[in-house]
Amino acid sequence: MSPDSLPPDIRDTDLAPDVLEPELERTWRTPRGLIGALSTVDHKIIGRRYLVTAFIFLAMGGVLAMLMRLQLARPENRVLPPDLYDQVFTMHGANMMFLFAVPVMEAVAVYLVPLMVGTRNVAFPRLNAFSYWMYLAGGFTLWTAFALDMGPDVGWFAYVPLSGPEYGSGKRADIWAQMITFTEVSAMAVAVEIVVTVLKQRAPGMSLDRIPLFVWSMLVTSFLIIMAMPAIMVASTSLILDRLVGTHFFNPAEGGDVLLWQHLFWFFGHPEVYIVFLPAVGMVSTIIATFTRRPTFGYLALVMALIATGILAFGLWVHHMFATGLPRLGESFFTASSMSIAIPAGVQIFCWLATLWLGRPVYRTPLLFVLAFFVTFVIGGLTGVMVASVPLDTQVHDTYFVVAHFHYVLIGGAVFPLLGAIYYWYPKIVGRMMSERLGRWVVGLLAIGFNLTFFPMHLLGLHGMTRRVYTYQVEMGWGGLNLFVSLSAVLLACGFALFFFDAIRSSWIGEPAGDDPWGGPTLEWSTTSPPPPYNFRHIPIVRSGQPLWDDTETLTVAAGLRVDRRELVVSSVAEALPEAREASPANSIWPLWAAIASTVMLISSIFSPWAVVWGAVPIAVALIGWFWPKGTPEDEA
Amino acid sequence: MRQRIAGDLRDLPLHGLGTASLTWWGTLAFMLLEGTGFALLIAIYLYLASLAPEWPLAAPPPDLLPGTLVTLILLASLVPNYLISRWAERQELGKVRIGMVVMSLLGVAPLIPRIFEFPALHISWDSNAYGSIAWTLLGLHTTHILTDLADTLVLGVLMFTRHGSSKRRLGDVQDNAMYWNFVVLTWLPIYACLYGVPRL
Repeated sequence: MSPDSLPPDIRDTDLAPDVLEPELERTWRTPRGLIGALSTVDHKIIGRRYLVTAFIFLAMGGVLAMLMRLQLARPENRVLPPDLYDQVFTMHGANMMFLFAVPVMEAVAVYLVPLMVGTRNVAFPRLNAFSYWMYLAGGFTLWTAFALDMGPDVGWFAYVPLSGPEYGSGKRADIWAQMITFTEVSAMAVAVEIVVTVLKQRAPGMSLDRIPLFVWSMLVTSFLIIMAMPAIMVASTSLILDRLVGTHFFNPAEGGDVLLWQHLFWFFGHPEVYIVFLPAVGMVSTIIATFTRRPTFGYLALVMALIATGILAFGLWVHHMFATGLPRLGESFFTASSMSIAIPAGVQIFCWLATLWLGRPVYRTPLLFVLAFFVTFVIGGLTGVMVASVPLDTQVHDTYFVVAHFHYVLIGGAVFPLLGAIYYWYPKIVGRMMSERLGRWVVGLLAIGFNLTFFPMHLLGLHGMTRRVYTYQVEMGWGGLNLFVSLSAVLLACGFALFFFDAIRSSWIGEPAGDDPWGGPTLEWSTTSPPPPYNFRHIPIVRSGQPLWDDTETLTVAAGLRVDRRELVVSSVAEALPEAREASPANSIWPLWAAIASTVMLISSIFSPWAVVWGAVPIAVALIGWFWPKGTPEDEA
Repeated sequence: MRQRIAGDLRDLPLHGLGTASLTWWGTLAFMLLEGTGFALLIAIYLYLASLAPEWPLAAPPPDLLPGTLVTLILLASLVPNYLISRWAERQELGKVRIGMVVMSLLGVAPLIPRIFEFPALHISWDSNAYGSIAWTLLGLHTTHILTDLADTLVLGVLMFTRHGSSKRRLGDVQDNAMYWNFVVLTWLPIYACLYGVPRL
């Protein structure tokens, strides 16, 4: 790997910039060709793949949503037969939660966190590559099964006994459970990388109180993933065991318990909401700071609110189970804890409002998305406080009121900030601007289309329309509102279509962006758009929370790293003092082999428990190949 | 942007040990992940026990001998495990090589009484929920031992090749030792749960 023209141990200080950059490029680049593409460990390439894949899943999940709206547009409609409808709503939920919402937030982090903390790659780049392949395989598994009429039909939370061996015949529920394994392995791998990248690879001087808020939000999110996702792994594994080898975890006849499933699922499922929402908090904070031209008001309060939300997220899960008749005291506790999470949420909202109030807001598309987020998310938060109370929840449980509520918090709370973030960071990733004119149309169509689609669902829920029904009778009187909802959904779909159109078109003919089109304060804007394979010519030194606003002309940097091998700085956790010049692993095909071997094992284990035994052998071989030193400069001390 | 060099990284060490090592932190994160998984399984065990009219369900308490043997072997392995970590830190490759052989043997040793631990439960996984959770706990911990054993074997072989002397690989030995401590420590609450709770 070491270039022939240079002596080993050559440092970046020994070379002039015009010699240094090609040499760094040679060390860090991804080779052309298929093998190069499959072996790359560049976080930007992997992050981009994650983003594109997640948005494709968003579009596919959107098509399913439109199919459901078509079916529900009038009473006793016959577009989707009941069995297919069951698969469609399960696929929609599972796809959106596991293949879009979580991966897309991690995708943004995989791309941006290393740039924002001023390093050259994530910690464990090969694990990162592996995580993407696992995610892709999980998505493929789910959609292939659906295409074969084997799609899960038990709802995105797959309650037992419906999903258990007695009622869930065929392999549909197993597909759901194994898709969980794929996506959670991938999500947990990314979470570990992000935690270590944020704690140990920050640019010299980026002490804890100078970490960009988006990075803070991803750090807290990653801890939530690490602590919450084992619950769903345990749940889906025990479900597979019940279905495949006859264990009795969820069988009341033999000492098992069906509510155990709900506890396990929601111990994951509620933190999951914050796994999706907290990155959005980080995005909103970032966008507001840049477009008001001032540091976010209440940095410490916002960080504390992130951490408080992360902790409280683990004390709420039972509010999904109020209708199951739990002890009164337990219900009161979980009502209180559910309402208390409104406190950090309120702190965040008021800090953002104060920032807008004190700054000079520039109303470009990203900030417009933030405003749409405010209105929509606050409505979703209010209905959240409503359903946190047991009597009201008992009334509207499993109705369209709840469907409306969680779409308000998920789309309003996470997708709007996400799209704002895409408009904001697209120039960095692609090197071109998205269209401001189309962007305004996208915000308008989405904000209006969304509210027209989902607000009436509150009313439908109060009128007694239960979720997941494939049709309803004329006499129920829900026809008018449902038709209105379905027509509004077309408006919403147009907004998304226009967004996709703009994103694709701008990659060809968008205006060239330059390094820093918005005048952003954080390190990613100090490098070129798109960034070179090595991210930064020299590792930046940080002296405040807004390094690029301190000095808009000059970036202070640290030098002395080797050029002939991939090298980055490891720094201390609290103060980010440099501790080591660490090698960053080179490209490798082994993560792909490991993912293929894992896929073979996981899919086969749906059909035979012995697959876990023989399937472990190729996985072990691939992992040894991955780990074994190859004698590259990166493997030296 | 123009760049002004204001810091010198030239003399930093090439690889940090302990808290300065990325793999050390990665190992810690994976321990948190797996520890949460084990804690949840123990929670399931206690949850099912709290619902059952009698516990264990339709079975006598498990025999103590095999499980206790496993526990004693695991606890004894902590001593050489501590030593190998120290030798790796001091970069004493000869001692590390001997230590890796010893730790490989000590990885195999608990698996032998473990084989007898499953029948000592006196229940099958498909008899009732008690059998299911007891087998799952034991099975998962066995997987835990097996994966670390595989890791130790590969690393042990590596120590006898030309790659063994690298500081980075000796750091791997330390992280592997830390992980083995975790394998032993997670066993203790599982042991208390499997053998203690049925006797309460």
